[in-house]
Amino acid sequence: MRARRATVELLAPAALVVGAALFGAVVSQTTEVYVVTALISVSTVVALYVFVGNSGVLSFGHISFFAVGVWAAGVLSVPVAEKPATMPSLFHFLATTTVGNVVSLVFAAVAGGVYALLVGLPLMRLSGLAAGIATFAVLGITNNVLRYYEKIGPGLNTFSSVPETTGLLQAAVGALIVIVAAFAYQRSRLGRQLRAAREDPAAARAVGVSIYRQRLWAFALSGLLIGFAGGLYIHFIPINVDAVYLDLTFITLAMLVIGGSTSLWGAVVGALFVSALDSLLAEMEAGLNVFGLNIDLPEGSRIVVVSAIMALVLILRPSGLTRGREFSLPRVVRRAEA
Amino acid sequence: MNTVLAGGFASFASDALNKQVQVDAIGLGAVYALMAVGIGLVFGVMRLVNFAYGQLVMAGAFALAVASGHGWPVGVGIALCVVVVLALSLAMERVVFRPLRTQSAAVMLIATFAVSFLLQSIALLWFGPLGKTATSLVALNRPVTVLGAEVRKISIVAIVAAAICVALLVLLLNRTSIGLHMRATAMDPSTARLLGVRANMVSIVSVLIAGALAALVAVLLTVQYPTVTPTFALQETILVLAGVVVGGMSRLVSATLGGFLIGYASGILGGALPSAQSQYLPSLLFGLVILVLLVRPDGLFTRGRGLVERV
Repeated sequence: MRARRATVELLAPAALVVGAALFGAVVSQTTEVYVVTALISVSTVVALYVFVGNSGVLSFGHISFFAVGVWAAGVLSVPVAEKPATMPSLFHFLATTTVGNVVSLVFAAVAGGVYALLVGLPLMRLSGLAAGIATFAVLGITNNVLRYYEKIGPGLNTFSSVPETTGLLQAAVGALIVIVAAFAYQRSRLGRQLRAAREDPAAARAVGVSIYRQRLWAFALSGLLIGFAGGLYIHFIPINVDAVYLDLTFITLAMLVIGGSTSLWGAVVGALFVSALDSLLAEMEAGLNVFGLNIDLPEGSRIVVVSAIMALVLILRPSGLTRGREFSLPRVVRRAEA
Repeated sequence: MNTVLAGGFASFASDALNKQVQVDAIGLGAVYALMAVGIGLVFGVMRLVNFAYGQLVMAGAFALAVASGHGWPVGVGIALCVVVVLALSLAMERVVFRPLRTQSAAVMLIATFAVSFLLQSIALLWFGPLGKTATSLVALNRPVTVLGAEVRKISIVAIVAAAICVALLVLLLNRTSIGLHMRATAMDPSTARLLGVRANMVSIVSVLIAGALAALVAVLLTVQYPTVTPTFALQETILVLAGVVVGGMSRLVSATLGGFLIGYASGILGGALPSAQSQYLPSLLFGLVILVLLVRPDGLFTRGRGLVERV
């Protein structure tokens, strides 16, 4: 029974992703773009969930690792001939190297993971507010350095000429990889120790869990996955440094919290729900015709609605849409408990 | 440290300029300290880190800009600013803070994060990304000569205003019964309630005081940065939040000192660094913040264990 329940817990979010991808395959080109964005959001939010959900510690710093993934994959995959146009002052070895799609994604993941590990080594000793502010400080530093240090990237320029290899297939496969990794981690010994520490730190310590070490592992894995998501993103649309700062931090946290931050199911549901809402609002901003009713929202109302909904969810249902539980079929649960 | 920096740029920084940098840095520290008091007061009473505090300042600044755009007198502009900020503070307390009072600190922080984005995006919708200009008080940017140094009037106004506000607040907290109630709530909310302290009253008063301070900060900041955009005071709020945590959130005094310190440090570094390096000023400040947090996670100016966290 247990194995069956576990299978359901993995298959439900995976099925949701596959369903979204299939939906993206049959709709128009413009809608497909929304679906790809949503799938990349799933990767990002699930990666964030690996740390925030399992440890219960808030991190405002994860978009730093996402940004590092964007930079790694972006700089490495722009063709050598195109580099001087947007990135004239790169380090020599960066200026003369170009790698393929998959290799660049691997580099993005490794860069995110290594950076998270290095940052986590000192920072995971902190908890509560100090941890929140310290991760925020990491985000501030990362953004500041990427913005002005032109030897490692385009600085304030937009990343252009990155091969656009993230289509529906790559986004869906990427999301599935991240989901499977998150699932494997949360059912592993390490993941269970960290979840125990989340529920009752004192009791977990008493049975020999090193909270520092468990948080550090989760932080590094989470950084690795979110770096990978960053790699997927830069292969989808050209962006600049402003796209990987406070707004993205906010929307990613919003997706996790709205879905329910303590379960994988919640992370996936939150990402897809908010993405769907956001796409709908974007269409309305452009002028949408529903059953003869012409809806035309002013530019910028998307973020108003999303933040209002996030505040509402927090006030009315602080544990999120899924109440932070994994997906389960009602009948299976009853039998397992008997 | 200051002599080292000044020595390094001797040709650039004469003694008088150095005094000017000092006064400006203290002025900036005073503004940050006011914001720190606003954030620290609400945290003390409600255990809530108000990330949306900067957007209160932003709303006040827009009120000033609208007033100056219509050519209304300065007094009317300031009155409008105070009314807008206080009304917004009350609404925030009633709609967001109060229902979340029993939630964990993390949930409350994310909720105020959401409120901050909500207000920012409403401002974007209303006034556009370029914002408006508040010009009625720019005369305060003119320098005066004090003790042989050229000092902008606004720095002196900021220092004096901050000193008066902190003195008034100390009197309120120590000499009135509502102040006693607030201190009691900050120390132990449930016991205070058992003894008859009205929790709603206390939280409304603290939010109103914090709001009044935000309005003052809006007035002071618009003098130095007359262009009001939706992200007005955002960078300042992030720095003040860091400063408040660095100083120590368990006591109002340490939080205020932390806020002052980060404002002063950013003023001194910004004034003394050559422009090629000053673009990395945020990194330097945030690096210092992380360093202090690692050494003293409970705060620079606290004694013993803070009461914020258990593990």
